Amino acid sequence: MFTFTEEEAKIRIAKYIAKEFDEMSKDHDLFVNLGVGIPTMVADHTASKRVFLQAENGMLGVGPVADEAHIDPLLINAGRAKVTETKGCSYMNSADSFGMIRGGHVDATVIGAFEVDEKGNVANWIIPNGKMLGVGGAMDLVSGAKKVYIAMQHVSKKGKSKLVRACSLPVTGYGAVDTVVTEYAVFKFENGQMTLTAKAKGMTFDKLKAITEAEYSIAKNLSDF
Amino acid sequence: MQNTECAKLRSFEEAMELIKDGDKIFISGFGNAGDPKQLIKALVETDRKELTIISNDLGSPNVGLGQLLTKKKIKGLIGTYYNWNTEVADAYNAGEITVELVPQGSFAEGIRAAGVGAAGFYTKTAVGTELAKGKETKEFNGETYLLQEAIHGDVALICADKADELGNLVYHKTARNFNPVMAMAAKTVIAEVGEIVPAGTLDPESIVTPHIFVDAIVLRSC
Repeated sequence: MFTFTEEEAKIRIAKYIAKEFDEMSKDHDLFVNLGVGIPTMVADHTASKRVFLQAENGMLGVGPVADEAHIDPLLINAGRAKVTETKGCSYMNSADSFGMIRGGHVDATVIGAFEVDEKGNVANWIIPNGKMLGVGGAMDLVSGAKKVYIAMQHVSKKGKSKLVRACSLPVTGYGAVDTVVTEYAVFKFENGQMTLTAKAKGMTFDKLKAITEAEYSIAKNLSDF
Repeated sequence: MQNTECAKLRSFEEAMELIKDGDKIFISGFGNAGDPKQLIKALVETDRKELTIISNDLGSPNVGLGQLLTKKKIKGLIGTYYNWNTEVADAYNAGEITVELVPQGSFAEGIRAAGVGAAGFYTKTAVGTELAKGKETKEFNGETYLLQEAIHGDVALICADKADELGNLVYHKTARNFNPVMAMAAKTVIAEVGEIVPAGTLDPESIVTPHIFVDAIVLRSC
């Protein structure tokens, strides 16, 4: 079976989501919160001028990462990267910032995950190994944002499907997921039903089934990417 | 600045006298922005103990706020994210401290609730998850919500860019974060500021924390 390098996989995922955001922002402004890792890369691939990034530590209108000459240590995103302002950006306190998210004003969030199951449940906050003790804004984001995008590689580093029948790890949000984008496939969830809507060019149904534990149906208008 | 007419101006030593053993202390900041570094240093140097620290995270092991744990001054933590400081999980697993993990939005809003006199609020965040254990749920319009009670504290150590002589505060970019809500929620608020300007020189439209919330001000040295 063909494979992508980790870097190729990440770029494919980020590009796919960026394209959806470009489409979604054609006739209105789109407010998006990006998690760390692959989600952050989505911003590098959007062409739309109407996608505005929100950072839960209190900023709307987050710009690109700052170059050495323009670093302000007190201007960071939620991943603690030193970033820049965009024209028309604003700052708010943490309660108001999460109010944007929890109040349903943020159109979409893109986050990573350890597991997503076929009911649209997502586990991404903790691996109970006695070393992790943190949730951050993950639960607020998955329950508050209008659309929840999961950007993750299809299988774990150990080769296990990250799309599972039922999450084995502690869940972040039940029925929270709208879209999962991996390097090989795109799945949408509606009313607790998981549907394959796009697959990588050259990926066969059998091969995809072999690397996907979750059970899903196939969309009539399936596309390649 | 030396001959400022700020009645709330205190030395770091005087400010620390406002903190007692066993206090619940809000400490602002997110990822090295908006945390009152010099107040934290002053607190670490006192012998206050049995503290409950209410903060987003606890920095890194034995650095800044993390030193309070290393020096065993902490009884309990209420916060959202301790994965940057591995000593927190170690101390928790060893039964040395209690940790109440709260989703970051519920944490911020819980502090805000304390500041505005609300006993709590219902939210969809964390419904059904491990962090919902022991928390009441209620149905509204056919959906399940979780009760998050207000998060109260005795003292807040906060950080602002500037104060005026009355104690009105303005912030700098993402260093604002939890500061304004913690200023509203604590019984005693100590603000570390970079500069104190005459009253009337800050644009009233730009003031984020009105001086009613501020009890003491310390001046940060560069």
